[in-house]
Amino acid sequence: MFLLLPFDSLIVNLLGISLTVLFTLLLVFIIVPAIFGVSFGIRKLYMKTLLKIFAWATLRMERGAKEKNHQLYKPYTNGIIAKDPTSLEEEIKEIRRSGSSKALDNTPEFELSDIFYFCRKGMETIMDDEVTKRFSAEELESWNLLSRTNYNFQYISLRLTVLWGLGVLIRYCFLLPLRIALAFTGISLLVVGTTMVGYLPSGRFKEFLSKHVHLMCYRICVRALTAIITYHDRKNRPRNGGLCVANHTSPIDVIILASDGYYAMVGQVHGGLLGVIQRAMVKACPHVWFERSEVKDRHLVAKRLTEHVQDKSKLPILIFPEGTCINNTSVMMFKKGSFEIGATVYPVAIKYDPQFGDAFWNSSKYGMVTYLLRMMTSWAIVCSVWYLPPMTREADEDAVHFANRVKSAIARQGGLVDLLWDGGLKREKVKDTFKEEQQKLYSKMIVGNHEDRSRS
Amino acid sequence: MQEVSQASLARLYQRFRALDKNKKGYLCRVDLQQIGALAVNPLGDRIIDSFFPEGSHIVDFPGFARVLAHFRPVEEEDTRVRDAKEPEPLNSRMNKLRFAFQLYDLDRDGKISWDEMLQVLRLMVGVQVTEEQLESITDRTVQEADEDGDGAVSFLEFVKSLEKMNIEQKMSIRILK
Repeated sequence: MFLLLPFDSLIVNLLGISLTVLFTLLLVFIIVPAIFGVSFGIRKLYMKTLLKIFAWATLRMERGAKEKNHQLYKPYTNGIIAKDPTSLEEEIKEIRRSGSSKALDNTPEFELSDIFYFCRKGMETIMDDEVTKRFSAEELESWNLLSRTNYNFQYISLRLTVLWGLGVLIRYCFLLPLRIALAFTGISLLVVGTTMVGYLPSGRFKEFLSKHVHLMCYRICVRALTAIITYHDRKNRPRNGGLCVANHTSPIDVIILASDGYYAMVGQVHGGLLGVIQRAMVKACPHVWFERSEVKDRHLVAKRLTEHVQDKSKLPILIFPEGTCINNTSVMMFKKGSFEIGATVYPVAIKYDPQFGDAFWNSSKYGMVTYLLRMMTSWAIVCSVWYLPPMTREADEDAVHFANRVKSAIARQGGLVDLLWDGGLKREKVKDTFKEEQQKLYSKMIVGNHEDRSRS
Repeated sequence: MQEVSQASLARLYQRFRALDKNKKGYLCRVDLQQIGALAVNPLGDRIIDSFFPEGSHIVDFPGFARVLAHFRPVEEEDTRVRDAKEPEPLNSRMNKLRFAFQLYDLDRDGKISWDEMLQVLRLMVGVQVTEEQLESITDRTVQEADEDGDGAVSFLEFVKSLEKMNIEQKMSIRILK
C-alpha cells in the first residue's frame, strides 16, 4: 500500500493536468468558434489527410489480392445483375417471336413461353431489387480503415493492420472522449439555456435569444460529431410560415439543418433524456410535439401544423416526409400529409459522403445509443446540403402529385435515385394494387382490351 | 456449382445475408415475400415455392444458390461434349426447362393437367379476365401442346412445343463481374 501512495498522487496530478489541457483546448478551438460561427478549417485539413490515407489503403489491398491471384470483392451500387429496361409487352412479344415460326400478328393470345418473362423477372428481383438494398448501409468502393466496412479481410498486410490499429487508437481513445465531452456540453447548454430564456417575457428579445441559444448548441453538437457540412444556395433558406422538407437518413439530419437556420421541430413526445430536451426547447420557442395517441389522428396533426404555419411569427417547421430512415442512395415515397396543408414548401437535399462514416441509422439493427457511439467513433460525418427554391402546390394539383414533384427535385439535386416505393416497406408488405397493374398489362396481351372484345 | 466464380458467389452470399433480416442463417418464405418487386409479380408465390424443396419451410445458402444456378448464362465451355458420368449442369437447357415446367406442374406428377394450366393463367391475369375466356384459352393451349391426347401436357410435350425458343437467353441472368 505504501508503494502505491506516491504513485497514486502522480496519477492524480497527471489526470488533473491533462483534463485541464483538454478542456482549454476544447474551449479555445471548438466551443468559442461554435458560439460565433467561425471555423479554423481544422476539419477540412483532417478530411484531406484522411482521403489520402484511404486511397493508399485500398491500393495495398488490391496489391495483396493480386499477389494471391484473386479478385477483390467490389461492391456495386448499381446492382449486381445486368438488367434490360424493357417493358412487359416488349419482352413477351420478343419471347414469342423467338419461339414460334408463324408470323406474329397483333391478335391477343397466350403462349406457354409467356411464363418465362415472369419467372425471370421474379428471379431478378430475388437476386437484386431496388428497395431491400436501400435499408442497409451503402457499400464503399474503397476501404476507409473501419473494420465495419471491410469485405476483404484476407488481403490486409501487416502495414495495413498497424495503420488500422493506429486508427482504432485515435478514434476510440482520443476522438471519442473529446466528442462525448462536446456532446455533453452542447446538450446541457441547450437545456439550461432554453429553460433560462423561457423565464423571459415574450417579445423580440426572447425570440432573438432563443434563436441564438438553439443555434449555438447545435453548432457544438455538429463539432461533437466532427460533421463537415457544405451548404449550397443559402439564399433559399426556409422562411417563417413555411415548411422545410428534407430526405431522411438519420436523426443527425436535424442537427445538421438546425445548425444553419432556425426551425421549429415536429415530433412525438419521448421519455427520458430526449423528453427533457423537448420540454426545455418548447419553453424558449414554440415547437410542435405530439403525444403518442395524437400521432395517429391525421386531422389533428394537420390542424396543428396548419395553425403553426399560419402564424407568421413562428419559425418554419422541419419535417421528413419519408417517415423512416433510408440509406441515402435514394429517396422514397413522401407521405402526402404535410403537402396538404397548403404552405410554401422549401425542399432541402442532404447527401452524406459515406467514406468518412456512414450516417445511416438502421433502426432494426442498432438502437439509438449504439448508433450514436458508432457515429462518434467514425472518422467524421461529411455531407452536403442543398437549399432548393421554394415550391407551392398548383391549383389543379393534388397532394400526392405535389409530393412527388418535390421528391423528384430533391432526388435530382442530391444525386439520389427517385423511387416510388413506400419507405414503410422496411417493415410491411407491399399493397396488392401494384400486382393488379401487372395483371392488367398481361391480360391485355392475351385477351385484348374491353373495346376489342365488344367489337368481335 | 463448379464453374461459378468466387466473386459471383460472394455477391450472392451478401444478397442472402441482406434478405435474412434476423440473421437466422437460413431464409423462410416471409423473407422472400418481403421483396416488394417480387410481391407484385403475379407468379411471385410460385417462384418463392420453387426455393423450398418438398415439405421444407427453410432454405439455406447452398439451396438458395442451387436454385439461382439454373439461371446462370450458358457459356461456351458448357456446350462441349461431356462424358455420361458427369452430372448435367444446373443451367443446361433441359434443366432450365424443367425449372419452368415445375412452375406449372403444382403436384409434381410430371404432367401439366388442364386444371393446373388454368390455375397458372388465373394467377397471371387476376380478376381481369372472365372464367369462360380463360377456360377457352386453356383448352386451346392444352390441345396445341398435347400430342398423345391424354388431356395433359407432359414434360416432353412441353419441351417439344418450345424447341425453337432461345431458352438459354430468356432464362438467364448475368451477374456483373
